Amino acid sequence: MLLGRVIGTVVPAALVDELSATPLLWVQPLNKQCKPDGDPLVCADGTRMAGPGQIIYWVASREAALALDPWFVPVDDAIVGLVDNVHNYTKEELD
Amino acid sequence: MILGRITGNVVSTIHHPVVNGRKLLLADRLDQNGKPTGAYIIAMDMIGAGKGETVLILDEGSGARQILDDASAPVRSVVVGIVDEVELGSG
Repeated sequence: MLLGRVIGTVVPAALVDELSATPLLWVQPLNKQCKPDGDPLVCADGTRMAGPGQIIYWVASREAALALDPWFVPVDDAIVGLVDNVHNYTKEELD
Repeated sequence: MILGRITGNVVSTIHHPVVNGRKLLLADRLDQNGKPTGAYIIAMDMIGAGKGETVLILDEGSGARQILDDASAPVRSVVVGIVDEVELGSG
């Protein structure tokens, strides 16, 4: 799982039937300091509660297909949860 | 499996039911010298790993589902061991 920030909502004009009930969000992947890292991707929202600005964590590949209800829809990236807080231990805490 | 070092945690209240009651840890991936590679991973804790510990992370979905005993868990990375020492061979 990796961090991401929702940067937009995707409104499809036409979709395959299997994806018709799936909310799609545009997500910018983040590093652990919550800074953008990599190219944006479209995630299916397994929580159905994420929105623009929200920090989330997401999974890819087969696990993404399991994050939704009903499960096993054909998606490759999906949001598993919303992030309240990311805590990075300080150097002193780690030593 | 990969080696990682726990450098933080992620707090989440709204999430997939499989995350209920489980801890999400931030781990740096480690290279052959035990230094961070720059990549990180969010892994689900199964054994009570804590900050700064070197851990063994299973980064594969079907194994993770087996450990979670949930065939529909959308989880790929789980912390499955705490590492005492890694010995680097000279071969």
